[in-house]
Amino acid sequence: MKEKLVLIGNGMAGVRTLEELLKVAPDKYEITVFGSEPYGNYNRILLSPVLAGEKTVAEIMLNDMQWYADNGITLHCGKEVVEIDRAKRKVVADDGTCADYDRLLLATGSNPFVVPVPGHQLPGVVTFRDIRDVQLMMDASKQSRHAVVIGGGLLGLEAANGLMRQGMNVTVVHIHETLMERQLDRVAGEMLRKSLEERGMYFHMPAQTVEILGEERVRGVRFKDGSELYADLVVMAVGIRPNIDLAKKAGIYCERGIVVNDTLQTYDPCIYAVGECVQHRSQTYGLVAPLFEQAKVCANHLAHLGYSRYQGSLTSTKLKVTGIDLFSAGDFTGDDSTEEIVLKDASQGTYKKLVLKDNRIRGAVMYGDTGDGAWYFQLMRDGSDIGAFRDHLMFGQAHLGDAGHGGQSKAAAMSDTMEVCGCNGVCKGTIVKAISEKGLFTLEEVRAHTKASSSCGSCTGLVEQIMASVLGGGYTAAPKEKPLCKCSDHTHDEVRKAIRERHLLTIREVMQHFEWSTPDGCHSCRPALNYYLLCAWPAEYQDDPQSRFINERVHANIQKDGTYSVVPRMWGGVTTANELRTIADVVDKFSIPTVKVTGGQRIDLLGVKKEDLPAVWGDLNKGGLVSGHAYGKALRTVKTCVGKEWCRFGVQDSTAMGIRLEHRTWGSWMPHKFKMAVSGCPRNCAEATIKDFGVVAVDSGWELHVGGNGGVKIRPTDLLCKVKTEDEVEEYCCAFIQLYREEARYLDRTAPWIERVGLAYVKQRVVEDVQNRKALYARFIESQKYAQIDPWAERAAHEVQRYEFIPLKQVV
Amino acid sequence: MSVLNNAVAEKSVHWIEVGGLNDIPPLGTRVVRTTQGDIALFRTMDDKVFALRDACPHKGGPLSQGIVHGTRVTCPLHNWMIELESGQAVAPDQGHTACYPVKVVQGVVSISLQRD
Repeated sequence: MKEKLVLIGNGMAGVRTLEELLKVAPDKYEITVFGSEPYGNYNRILLSPVLAGEKTVAEIMLNDMQWYADNGITLHCGKEVVEIDRAKRKVVADDGTCADYDRLLLATGSNPFVVPVPGHQLPGVVTFRDIRDVQLMMDASKQSRHAVVIGGGLLGLEAANGLMRQGMNVTVVHIHETLMERQLDRVAGEMLRKSLEERGMYFHMPAQTVEILGEERVRGVRFKDGSELYADLVVMAVGIRPNIDLAKKAGIYCERGIVVNDTLQTYDPCIYAVGECVQHRSQTYGLVAPLFEQAKVCANHLAHLGYSRYQGSLTSTKLKVTGIDLFSAGDFTGDDSTEEIVLKDASQGTYKKLVLKDNRIRGAVMYGDTGDGAWYFQLMRDGSDIGAFRDHLMFGQAHLGDAGHGGQSKAAAMSDTMEVCGCNGVCKGTIVKAISEKGLFTLEEVRAHTKASSSCGSCTGLVEQIMASVLGGGYTAAPKEKPLCKCSDHTHDEVRKAIRERHLLTIREVMQHFEWSTPDGCHSCRPALNYYLLCAWPAEYQDDPQSRFINERVHANIQKDGTYSVVPRMWGGVTTANELRTIADVVDKFSIPTVKVTGGQRIDLLGVKKEDLPAVWGDLNKGGLVSGHAYGKALRTVKTCVGKEWCRFGVQDSTAMGIRLEHRTWGSWMPHKFKMAVSGCPRNCAEATIKDFGVVAVDSGWELHVGGNGGVKIRPTDLLCKVKTEDEVEEYCCAFIQLYREEARYLDRTAPWIERVGLAYVKQRVVEDVQNRKALYARFIESQKYAQIDPWAERAAHEVQRYEFIPLKQVV
Repeated sequence: MSVLNNAVAEKSVHWIEVGGLNDIPPLGTRVVRTTQGDIALFRTMDDKVFALRDACPHKGGPLSQGIVHGTRVTCPLHNWMIELESGQAVAPDQGHTACYPVKVVQGVVSISLQRD
């Protein structure tokens, strides 16, 4: 017989836990749900837009009655549980309905806090918590004219904005001197007040409410200084309190909330709790992102999997008032030990403040232009050392919104018809609609449903802004360390460590060790695992072609029509008449439709049929041409200028240097593609300062630059160091590559990797620690022994993987 | 060993032998050229074989060039996932690719061109 699970509280945290549980253990429990509201589970975050008339109640439903029926869940809605009998393991509702449980899940949420001043029970005094409250307010707005909202925090301002949109005169009363004082500093709070005033909102602050006036109905509010305001609707929005009455009554240990451990278990081992009613490591949470993190962990334990832990959440805040962008995270006030960087442009209506300690971000407040909020938040969560780019930190992740969407970087200023994602042609309106109608909460979900930012990713920042403006604090920022893929909860770094320490030698062993949830992974994790294994064990690992993306499997680039492109290597961009003649002959012989010069100083042959590939390679090989790895997460090109051999400005032989580097490094697999360039003088004609590894010749030697990118996100390189000899250039180059190969996560280019670990770290490992540099260099040279085999020659001559290139059968 | 992936009455079906099970690598694919166009064969880890029209419902990408995992294939062009058993795109993507009956008898793979 199935075990019985009872959920008390039919809200977002509780139902999300059930959804997570059904994903991992669909048949484990017979599930019963009690909810005091007469609805299915709805998206409480979107109550503000309902109040503002932008959405209807039907549009914010997450799980309708059919969902409960489809999943075999008994739903008692409109029934409030009044008693938990822990000895008999059963719960009793107000109408006498009983349910037995083996496991009980409490998700009773929170209650709005009502200031107990005289008159607080008068008709016309409402709170802002559920659908009923919103309906009361909307009805009131039809008959009443003047609303007073008590509370100038997130909730109060959203309520005030909604009522104003319903046509009421609204005054916000706040006990503090600045609005949203828990999220904003004084400057940002005042900018917010100013722009809300411009929209027609009134403020009375600081002011302490002492009485709600009226006899039959509310008719005003009186303050401590004796002043009064007329009102026919009063909204109490001063805060929420965890709803712990039921738990307390049952003798479950509570402080401010129901106290739980890292598995979301209460002091009664049969009883778990999630959501706003919970107190975890002394913290309570009122935003959705942490609740969903809790839900996932709790489900894992209810399913008896027992390995994940909730370790608390860092949260950030956004205000859901259309057209106002503000962002706040962490400790934004600071203390004696912290520093501040501030940028303020009053006429533009923008303000940014970062609080730093030891070159790490502790907190941020932004008003107006919040495009970089997600980036700062990520740096804060990762504890990244921002020393290397501190001087331009304030100007943001300068490449946000570079390509594909007309330079837009402020989502709030965009109309619904403006294009956000230039790769997939997705407009702002489409994204907003999908978020609310389909109940999306994470970037991954938005990508799956709309395709926005799912291709090149350059509009990710914009999409995150749109999500934040629709969902407010509800939107989930990327977790600190992403799991490798959906098949596992383990991170890239954990997997790599185990591969090294436990000497895992096959993809299957890795999946078994970490109990992968899928039988043989997916298209995301298999290529990553294949790379990690070959990087860790270059001599022993047997490459798995079925875990390679098609381009790497067949050593050519697939095109939209299923044909392939072929790019032979041209060492340092230098070629000969014979090579060109060979290429021309191949083009003629195989009727190759397009020949194109690439950006990396080589020649691309486009439109080659798959079955022709081995023969094309064979002919190219005969002319001395080998694979250029233009298809791989590997060393691509080494672009050079002509240098001092020809150029009147050249100070070193950049061409020879480039060719030498290319001969040393070709064939090496990497976490992502890797490009190099060598310039013969500081004019830098080879554009070395936007490459993964760039070398710029100076009269006294060579400057080495790292971490550049000239594509989706333009990022100039950071200067690693200066060296004197060509031998040193080679040694530093190989050591840097090896560090990147060993430590960057699969699909990380060097630019984001360096931003994450910090340039100081890379310098320390490659420049300062001589022993370590030599060791990295030696490991790279060792791995090259197994990597420098021309894959084209193998396939053209020895018929490696011949089956890849011929049909199984021709049926006539 | 006999694996019949589609509930097609054996007798009424015209089976065409296309090759041996071992000609398809585990988690690999092969192509059969037919007058109806290319058909992609997929072999799963547990040695089931499926046949789909070699075109993704999204932009016609060759599914035979994708990565096979579980009973799905990921299209190499834009990462749509297609169910090998039904030819159905995995939600939230929507679309369908034709499936062909396959049987494997004593290591010999046969398909039928009567698609469902």
